[in-house]
Amino acid sequence: MKNDNKYTEPFVRISKRGVPIPIWKAMGIRALALLAALIICAIIIFSIVKLNPLKVYIAMFEGAFSTNKRMWVTIRDAMMLLCIAVGLAPAFKMRFWNIGAEGQILMGGIVSAACMIYLSKHMTTLPMMLLMLVLSILAGGIWGFIPGIFKAKWGTNETLFTLMMNYIAIQITAYFVALWENPIGSNTVGVINPRTKIGWFPELFGQPYTLNVILVLVLVVFMYLYLRYTKQGYEVAVVGESENTARYAAIDVPKVIMRTTFISGAICGIAGFLAVSGASHTISTNTAGGRGFTAIIVAWLAQFNSFVMIPISALLVFLDKGAIEIASRYNLNNHVSNMLIGIILFFILGSEFFINYQVKFRGSKHQVEFQDGKHKEVQA
Amino acid sequence: METQKTVQKAIQMVNITKTFGEVIANNKINLDIYHGEILALLGENGSGKSTLMNVLSGIYLPDDGHIRVNGSAVLIRSPREAYQLGIGMVHQHFKLVDVLTAAENIVLGLNEHRLLDLKNVRAKVKEICDRYGFVVEPDKKVYDMSVSEKQTLEIVKLLYRGADILILDEPTAVLTPQETEKLFVVMRNMKSDGKSIVFISHKLHEVMEISDRVAVLRKGCFIGDVATKDTNPQKLTEMMVGRAVSLNIERPEPKNQVERLVVKNLTVLDSDGVKRLDNVSFTAYGGEILGIAGITGSGQRELLEAIGGLQPVESDGSIRLILPDGREEELCGKNPLEIYKLGVGLAFVPEDRFGMGLVASMDLIDNVMLRSYKQGKSVFADRKAPKELAEKIVQQLEVVTPSLKTPIRRLSGGNVQKMLVGREIAGNPSLLMTAYAVRGLDIKTTHTIFDLLNEQKQRGVAVIYVGEDLDVLLELSDRILVLCGGKVSGIVDARTAKKEEVGLLMTHLGEEATA
Repeated sequence: MKNDNKYTEPFVRISKRGVPIPIWKAMGIRALALLAALIICAIIIFSIVKLNPLKVYIAMFEGAFSTNKRMWVTIRDAMMLLCIAVGLAPAFKMRFWNIGAEGQILMGGIVSAACMIYLSKHMTTLPMMLLMLVLSILAGGIWGFIPGIFKAKWGTNETLFTLMMNYIAIQITAYFVALWENPIGSNTVGVINPRTKIGWFPELFGQPYTLNVILVLVLVVFMYLYLRYTKQGYEVAVVGESENTARYAAIDVPKVIMRTTFISGAICGIAGFLAVSGASHTISTNTAGGRGFTAIIVAWLAQFNSFVMIPISALLVFLDKGAIEIASRYNLNNHVSNMLIGIILFFILGSEFFINYQVKFRGSKHQVEFQDGKHKEVQA
Repeated sequence: METQKTVQKAIQMVNITKTFGEVIANNKINLDIYHGEILALLGENGSGKSTLMNVLSGIYLPDDGHIRVNGSAVLIRSPREAYQLGIGMVHQHFKLVDVLTAAENIVLGLNEHRLLDLKNVRAKVKEICDRYGFVVEPDKKVYDMSVSEKQTLEIVKLLYRGADILILDEPTAVLTPQETEKLFVVMRNMKSDGKSIVFISHKLHEVMEISDRVAVLRKGCFIGDVATKDTNPQKLTEMMVGRAVSLNIERPEPKNQVERLVVKNLTVLDSDGVKRLDNVSFTAYGGEILGIAGITGSGQRELLEAIGGLQPVESDGSIRLILPDGREEELCGKNPLEIYKLGVGLAFVPEDRFGMGLVASMDLIDNVMLRSYKQGKSVFADRKAPKELAEKIVQQLEVVTPSLKTPIRRLSGGNVQKMLVGREIAGNPSLLMTAYAVRGLDIKTTHTIFDLLNEQKQRGVAVIYVGEDLDVLLELSDRILVLCGGKVSGIVDARTAKKEEVGLLMTHLGEEATA
């Protein structure tokens, strides 16, 4: 340690950038990061599994986009993830740690499936769609509202509460799966109304998933406006920052907590409706499939800006589809593809550091000058 | 020749530059510290004093420049390395572990021995205490300590680690006058033992009393240094502010006084059932500034929060607000939303600026609309009027900010407070309550705030000013209410009262207290 007292220029000096760097430069850094990620991945692919990395990348791309059907499945799944992230945004913005999206999705899914099973003989598609939408909003909303009430009235910890609500929802789903089992003994519900397709999202513009896209994009716009421009959105932000400030500003804190948790749960409920009625046309305990947790990453990365969530959920779903494809095509096990996903995400997220901070290495002649309080970078 | 000159300098900071985003906190600062001197570091808020000292104590690595200790250049990358060079800092917010004892805190992080030899530590602590005149009980838990004791412990901790250069960041801000005197005694003792002390303070009379030399920073730049004996508060202020500033506080004569706020038998219990306010009764008049004095924690916060509806009160009390138009409203038992709906114009500048008065991560516009966003029937929040108001406040109060869209936490303390007070005044209040409105603010901003309060007073507003600096309270207020242990120990006329008299009321209940 004592030797450290001898002066040497530090290896690296890090400072926050004064002026944000121009967008083209930021995009350039991100592109470089992606390139670096692909190179590192290539080295790993080549050295571990002895495959041509280029072929693996092409396989990834093909896994997500090679056919029209695959592309639409990728879009569908991205929309699903996006929908959940949009739902989580208000809760997290209020610093309400809603990790109960899984349960809220399942509850929305159960009521949708119930409608499809019990009402298929009595209703046509359009009124049934509306009914399913309303019921899934209520079911998911109530599932989010229950921890909200407890938090608002008695200050319970929502993290544990929402997590445990997931297990209850999974058990309820398991019960209904057993009840609706078809064919008997399969332990699954099977595709509901496979011939009449009642309660299925109708095809629009020749594609089965157009309605998913429209519905989710409407929610994206709604949430953007809600959080950014409404009084309620403002209240959510204030409560999230400090409850004392909220009380000082004459905000009814318990009311805001309950309202926001309902909205958050309701949108996750809609995601359940999407999953059952708009995608799988069945229900199982895997309907949420961990996406309620993945969406937390999406919501945080986007800083609750629902438009930014679009590319992030698209990227995550693309990587996932690609990973599945290379795993099956080259007989790799899942871990290798997950490693690749991890490396790519690490580089893309890591590049944000270089966008926000300036890094000066030892020996570089780079100097920062200050004139009239403004930064000026000088190449000496 | 060069070496001879540098030997007596304990520290040379050369060309230190440190930026935070677009803010240049330190701009090529050169500062020398000599052995055995008390150097006062002066500067307005946001002038870069704390940043510079954080660089010296290893918390920040500067973007540019270097530091020499006893003439040789060093790199200080962490507080631990600073300790090894004999540099230690007492921060404004103490870095102590509450559940540990004094002795445990002192050895924490030292990793000297595998086994803690607390007996040895105690002996060494006692030796340090005897040498400089400290009083530290080694086995007392930190959570049982007063602020002054914690500060003493922080200083002893540094000395235990062999610090020769001690940096004290606004040490007197949290102390009573008596405690400050004690601190000065040990500072002088340390100086005569050859230690160097950097003393950061806003209080000029303290700087004049204790320091040997004064260095002044302004807006991140080093302005100059001067021997204390060759200067005076007026000159120092000019160096800090950059132009002449009057140090007198105005006190216009109150006129047209009318009863505005009548508080009767107000009692507040905290969540443990302890009485924080005990049967408090007083009247505040429109057109006067009612100062509230008391040792920290005597019920000042509870009093203001109870009036604002933020604190549950016992039901037998009464808080009557008499508006200029003759309307009378009872505020007792109402929550902030109910009070808001009464539309009585209650303005409150709370003590905790970011924890209550403002939203730290929001921009200026969103903070300005905090009190008024509910107006109008639309589901969408109107940001046009708040934007105009924010612009107006920024302009009139000379708030320094990169833009209206800047998160308010990026502003310096003085500018933050200007925004807060500006917003509260903008609502045309009938009653303006302020808690420690000038705490941590520089001279210029302090006077801006006083001017604003006087302006409100002359408009006929009842102003309640909770303060900690008795000199200011005596100069600014018309009357002073003294709280002691949650009770009113006396209400005195600020024009005739003596400082000692008020100080006595702060610690002992007067005769009329329980009447």
